[in-house]
Amino acid sequence: MDHTSPLTTFTPDMFMRNFAEAEPGLTRKGAIEESNRCLYCYDAPCIKACPTSINIPSFIKRIATDNMKGSAQTIMDSNPVGASCARVCPTEELCEGACVLNDASAPIQIGLLQRYATDWAINSGVQLFTAGVSNGKKVAIIGGGPAGLSAARELAREGFGVVIYEAKSLAGGLDTHGIVSFRLPQSISLWEVEQVEKLGVEIRTGVKVGIDITVEELKANYDAIVLAAGMGYVPPIGIEGEKLAGVYDAIELVESTKTGIPTLELMGQRVAVIGAGNTAIDAATCSVRLGAANVKMVYRRTREEMTAYDFEYEFAKQDGVEFSWLTLPKRIVGDELGNVTGLECVQMKLTGETGKDGRLVPMPVEGSEFIMPLEAVVVAIGQKRRTDLIDALGLKHNWGIVDIDEATYRTSDPQIYAAGDIVFGSGKGEAMVVSAAQQGKEAAYAIVKQYLGQQDSVVGSAV
Amino acid sequence: MADLSINLAGIKSPNPFWLASAPPTNTGYQVQRAFEAGWGGAVWKTLGEPIINVSSRFAAVHFNGQRVAGFNNIELITDRPLEVNLKEIYETKKRFPNHAIIASLMVEPTQEKWHEIVKRVEAIGVDGLELNFGCPHGMAERGMGAASGQQPDLVQAQTTWVKEVATTPVIVKLTPNITDITVVARSAVQGGADAISMINTINSLAGVDIHSWNTLPNVGGQGAHGGYCGPAVKPIALSMVAECARDLGVGVPISGIGGISTWQDVVEFMLMGATGIQVCTAVMHHGFRIVEEMIDGLNNYLDDKGLASVTELIGKSVSRYSNWGDLDLNYKVVARINEENCINCNKCHIACEDASHQCIDMLTNADGKAILQVREEDCVGCNLCSIVCPAEGAIDMIPLENGAAPLTWNERQKVISSLNGSYSEAEVV
Repeated sequence: MDHTSPLTTFTPDMFMRNFAEAEPGLTRKGAIEESNRCLYCYDAPCIKACPTSINIPSFIKRIATDNMKGSAQTIMDSNPVGASCARVCPTEELCEGACVLNDASAPIQIGLLQRYATDWAINSGVQLFTAGVSNGKKVAIIGGGPAGLSAARELAREGFGVVIYEAKSLAGGLDTHGIVSFRLPQSISLWEVEQVEKLGVEIRTGVKVGIDITVEELKANYDAIVLAAGMGYVPPIGIEGEKLAGVYDAIELVESTKTGIPTLELMGQRVAVIGAGNTAIDAATCSVRLGAANVKMVYRRTREEMTAYDFEYEFAKQDGVEFSWLTLPKRIVGDELGNVTGLECVQMKLTGETGKDGRLVPMPVEGSEFIMPLEAVVVAIGQKRRTDLIDALGLKHNWGIVDIDEATYRTSDPQIYAAGDIVFGSGKGEAMVVSAAQQGKEAAYAIVKQYLGQQDSVVGSAV
Repeated sequence: MADLSINLAGIKSPNPFWLASAPPTNTGYQVQRAFEAGWGGAVWKTLGEPIINVSSRFAAVHFNGQRVAGFNNIELITDRPLEVNLKEIYETKKRFPNHAIIASLMVEPTQEKWHEIVKRVEAIGVDGLELNFGCPHGMAERGMGAASGQQPDLVQAQTTWVKEVATTPVIVKLTPNITDITVVARSAVQGGADAISMINTINSLAGVDIHSWNTLPNVGGQGAHGGYCGPAVKPIALSMVAECARDLGVGVPISGIGGISTWQDVVEFMLMGATGIQVCTAVMHHGFRIVEEMIDGLNNYLDDKGLASVTELIGKSVSRYSNWGDLDLNYKVVARINEENCINCNKCHIACEDASHQCIDMLTNADGKAILQVREEDCVGCNLCSIVCPAEGAIDMIPLENGAAPLTWNERQKVISSLNGSYSEAEVV
């Protein structure tokens, strides 16, 4: 990666290099060797570990026997965003972590094989699925992210007329906008969007429900509604100096790099990232690749308590990101022009007490305040809830987490279902793309059952 | 370091590793390179009337991403004039006097032709002769190779003709493309063969290209059957060696051939009665240098077993190989799964469930851990689970003491027929 002195400027070349996909895909020979290493377990633990239950041994056997279309179909049949998940899934926590070869030799590189198969599908341009015969029912989906796309795909295969209302100009949600390009190029997510559109699903982009179209219209025009609007940007951190120039929202920062060179300037700057989740890591590595001179992650707890995955942490370390553990930001310091000049922090210590979430409680060390001199602060302390939208739909919720029936994903309004991050509650680990995809599928199956009185699984219509 | 030298029917060799008569022994240059690498002997590419070969000639069977599980060829005997081969044999023998050079021969099945070639070849100095009655393609259409090797009377007659003039030991190389190889082996011995070698290649079609629909290999879009060899044929070769080794009507040394690629294969062939072995496909795949690992592995094995000479291996397993009718019907083994080594792939369960006797259960133990367990009362001891198990030491086949005296099928039939004169089911041999 290009690490430059503060004197040079950030060039399009550097952007291309620094934001190109970091991990190379498998070669054909690599894929053949790796796929042949798979034991083809019966009742395989990798399948059980996959939230979307991809038949992993089967898709791998299809690679080994040169049936790439069949392999891609097997993956995408279970997971409509299987190409993105091949890149962003925490595989060592899921399928690869469950692989029986972990202790025997080394787990099968399921993520890379899944990427190999879905890359084949992307490059070949083959259509993997077809829409079902129209059943006359219509479903509106609010939000075109992983959950919404998955619900749409499954409903379209069952013959529903589906319209997705997407607030942004491009569908795909977090996969399109919120994950750094060097892990997930936007083109992958947009291919998944295109696959759903090819089943006749209409995606109305740039339409905000409750503003551009009323809830009443939606409820009158559709048999069912799926709310899959995810979460919003980063909420205020609640310390002084948040409005200074040079304070950035981590999600907006990542988003600004997804379609081209961002306008914000981090070249040569010292950057602090507040938070220690996966988005915080993304924001930190993004900052490094935008030419920041120094990037520190500031976290009030320790490595043990951080929620980012191990592979994310390792990736950030390799990018040269530094970590300030047990450091609590108190105030963002600015100059008379309103620009950030520093971050005032206080040192913390773990008390030994365990909090409600099972993690050790940190306490400030009296008199340990200090100022970290820097030019930019990126805030990555979580995401805002879409309370306004949920209220506009008149749904019961708990601090912005929509109440649903766990089995059917049905909300307090029987016409409305909800899936994805909008139903994701705290204390339930990390919100994952793959879980959102599964919830979208399940909501779709519940609708199929409700409106067609059918079995709760979609009968495959592979091409 | 054990003594690796062998003496096969009077042919001495510094080790049991010979190159089979095949493309790697086509020229003096190749055989000398092989001897430099460590091969103890070489059977020269078959001499005879020079032929015309086709292009292409080889194809292979690959298995699950591994190259060359089996190998197929439609090449014929030497395409070079006899005098050129003889000159190179002479030069090679002069450079490597202690290595074994055996001339493989194939001529039309007449006494005159055999006398002529034997005299010419022995005149330049070889350690032995190998009569090629095995080549399954090309030469067979001309009444040679497998065409004569499939007729016991022709094998005997031609061997006799050779022995009438030969002064060096004569090995008869047998074709596997026959119902019972011991019949031909006995004919060779009756004709005076000093030793036999087996197997030559097996009739084969390596494959069909599923995109072009051409055979593999093909010559301008047209294919013909070839000879199959390589690791895939080893069990066939081993059984034929074993059948000849335990046949009292054969009783001559055996040079084992067929899919040998490692020192372990060599040990197996020698335990089953081979005095030495011949290799081709492994060299075609990896070059002559493969012999280094074979020699080293064999040496270490012999040292570990406390054996001073490789010849101590010869035939040690032959008595353990008999007929199905002589196996003990009362012997019983069952599979036992060792939880600590099991990786829970469930391959044993599904193999037993779908292909054997449905006696491996997928259970959950008291700690909530998934386990696999054999219902021993239903287990027939077939070995299938332990064969498909990929985990080291996860499944053992345990002999069960059931108190019953050994009883073979043949013994059982004898008892039954002595009790009931009208019952006359045949013995199984």
